[in-house]
Amino acid sequence: MPDNPLAPGPIWREPEFARGARDMTGTALGIAAWALLTGIAMAKSGLALPLAILMSLIVFAGSAQLAALPLLAGGAPLWVIWATALCVNLRFVIFSAGWRRYFGALPRGQRMRMSYFAADLNYVLFLRRFPEPPPVARSVPYFWGGVALNWIAWQVPSMAGLLLGERIPPEWGLGFAGTLALLALTYSLLTDRATWIAAGVAGAAAVAAYALPLKLNILVAIAASVAIGLVIDHTTTRAVQPEEDLT
Amino acid sequence: MTMVEGVIAVLGLALITIVTRGFFLFPERELPMPAWLQQGLRYAPLAALVAVVAPEIVLTQGRLIDTWTDARLPAVAAATAYFYWRRDILGTILAGTSVLLVLKLGLGW
Repeated sequence: MPDNPLAPGPIWREPEFARGARDMTGTALGIAAWALLTGIAMAKSGLALPLAILMSLIVFAGSAQLAALPLLAGGAPLWVIWATALCVNLRFVIFSAGWRRYFGALPRGQRMRMSYFAADLNYVLFLRRFPEPPPVARSVPYFWGGVALNWIAWQVPSMAGLLLGERIPPEWGLGFAGTLALLALTYSLLTDRATWIAAGVAGAAAVAAYALPLKLNILVAIAASVAIGLVIDHTTTRAVQPEEDLT
Repeated sequence: MTMVEGVIAVLGLALITIVTRGFFLFPERELPMPAWLQQGLRYAPLAALVAVVAPEIVLTQGRLIDTWTDARLPAVAAATAYFYWRRDILGTILAGTSVLLVLKLGLGW
């Protein structure tokens, strides 16, 4: 945890640090349960334990980790694994544009350090606390309080899940819990007719093209689905999609 | 997959985390968000998730499931029902996993 260059004393003494951590406690239980399941799924995927520990500690992105597991186990080439994780993580690119409003004036090193720890829920809670950018002397401690608690609530149960998963017999089929987790995330993204159609196309293409070598069915499915989605967007009336610049 | 390949894969995944989370924070000058990214965001993550999930649910060794006594189908049905009942991601996972465990351990599917 770095010192706050804008205020005297260590950053965890700041009142906003405690506030950031406290605001996170409500969702920490959900994060912990999710992390435990991810840990178990990682252990059951056939990934060697040291590799799974390294993955949890440095990748620190649950959905991308879960999506990469069957591809790693199925011997997919690296670029297919990375392309899939990149697509799953694209939402962070959008969040980073949001963070810039708050932290764009900080030195680059500090910005990069902060962005690595910024998970989905941190973004949601931060914007709820600060709809408009406050002085960074307040927002930076609040940020670190939230991400510190989030990091602990993720990593500790994730490690526990990895060790627990090692002891659970494979006949329990708990590796499938990872698939169920991704399925639940998928449902939360299905908001209208266009997303349902895009999802249907992706699923059908991934199954139909399964015989392709190198797990290329994943990329075929992503390409087909995004293409259909964009076609729908461009052929339906503008009124149905939210426009960004109505100012 | 050898250990070395595994480590390279994981390092690459970590780099993807760093690049995506820091994307618009890295440049010194503010960049406008391109329209294709805005649109791609809507479908690419969804497509990637479905592409990974669908074969895991309906295929066994590359073939469509040909038996009803496969615990995955009821587990998915339970998870789906729970999601559209409560809209809660964690509960959805737990509902599906419970059904899976009951069928696997209780009935030996």
